[in-house]
Amino acid sequence: MITDPLFLQLLVGVLIGLGAGYLGSFMILKRMSLVGDVISHVALPGIAIALLFKVNPFFGAFGALFLAVIGIWLLEKRTEIPSETLVGIFFALSLALGILITPEPELLEALFGDITKIGPLDALITVAMTIVIFVTMMRIYRGLTLSIVSKELAQSTGVRVSKISFLFLLMVAIIVALGLKVTGTFLMGALVIVPAAAAKNIAVSLRRYTTLSGLFGAVSGLAGILIANNLHLHPGPIVVLSSGVIFLVSLLFKK
Amino acid sequence: MADKQTILTVENLGVRFDENEVLKGLTLSVQREDVLAIVGPNGAGKSVFFRALLGLIPYSGKIQWAPGLKIGYVPQKLNIEKDLPLSVEELLRFKQSNREKIIDSLRSVGITDEYHIEHHILKQRLGWLSGGQLQKVLIAWAILDNPDVLLFDEPTAGIDIGGEETIYTLLKKLKEERDLTILLISHDLNIVYKYADNVVCINKEMICYGEPSLVLDPESLAKLYGGETGFYKHEHKHDN
Repeated sequence: MITDPLFLQLLVGVLIGLGAGYLGSFMILKRMSLVGDVISHVALPGIAIALLFKVNPFFGAFGALFLAVIGIWLLEKRTEIPSETLVGIFFALSLALGILITPEPELLEALFGDITKIGPLDALITVAMTIVIFVTMMRIYRGLTLSIVSKELAQSTGVRVSKISFLFLLMVAIIVALGLKVTGTFLMGALVIVPAAAAKNIAVSLRRYTTLSGLFGAVSGLAGILIANNLHLHPGPIVVLSSGVIFLVSLLFKK
Repeated sequence: MADKQTILTVENLGVRFDENEVLKGLTLSVQREDVLAIVGPNGAGKSVFFRALLGLIPYSGKIQWAPGLKIGYVPQKLNIEKDLPLSVEELLRFKQSNREKIIDSLRSVGITDEYHIEHHILKQRLGWLSGGQLQKVLIAWAILDNPDVLLFDEPTAGIDIGGEETIYTLLKKLKEERDLTILLISHDLNIVYKYADNVVCINKEMICYGEPSLVLDPESLAKLYGGETGFYKHEHKHDN
């Protein structure tokens, strides 16, 4: 059962949905929704290079994302608001470069993901990384939230804003790199943003908002993969569409 | 009362952002339980002065707090949207997990009704509070761990005059109850005359310093606000 392909897919899909939803809830609060979307594009050249050297694409994607995260972090430090235009240009170019150097047979998978191709090693990496993400988030939860409310207020209570911001972006890089298996570079941004947007519609408290956001992500992963499996469709888009349905329903309960 | 304990000494304080000198030559001292008002036009470096006092930015010169002091800080504004899903209780709990102490602190800032606290304040989204309520909650946050000094950066907008009056009577009450020393950035010279023991006027550099009735003369006001003499009701914009 543990190596059953559908079980592995569901495990990976649910964990990535959970992590993406949870991290996405803070991305929205940090007003980085678009950044979340565009950094997923930078993963493509990383994947291409990993494929060329026959390494697990996760590591290639993560390497590229890591560099992107350092770039964004430096921008964030220098100016209060991340310069979205610059970020947008840089990542569009890296997407173009990635499309050019990714070997053709793998290109479709890299762009749109294919969770049916995952093996036990991918599942293991996903489980380990999800644990890393949630342990890290537990440790930076207070500081991250305070720095969103007011940077000065956070600093005046001893929060190291810059370090926490970097750790957070690093976790985003990990989840995006993992998620490429599920939704691909094009749609991963959606899995970070849509569950969080839905949760924000209905939650008053932060605890509830972040929990719901993670939950919505997990449900999207679960439902998307099951539906795609039954109807023999491509899972990535169905996962994202599932989160879209949750978002539409959340509008009915908007506070 | 001649020799009150000096709790803060600032000597020749200067702050630069890259090549821009935003503050220079600030020298002053603050005695325990005094109220020091900081006045000056927009962008004069008042909030920068606070950030330097809190050790949040690099500076030149000397800032010396008496050892072991606890400092509470009320920022000018929060960087939040109305629909930020963060309840007042969650914010306060980041500083103090004891609910009784949280409620005590809210009572201290004049939110006394138990039912009101439970249902309208603690469970409320931070962004849904009125300007006056938010100010009170931020002061409650600042006094949660019983500080010795309160740095209060007055908001430039969002609070009506009646509400503003309450904030100052509240600060005065807190000062007496808790033996607080208060450093106050103010935009209203009437408030300064009424509540401050000393005032420092800043416009990138120190223009005047001393008792309000002695140093706030037309000459230094003209120098401070660049000829803008009608100080009772002038427009303010946010300064960052």
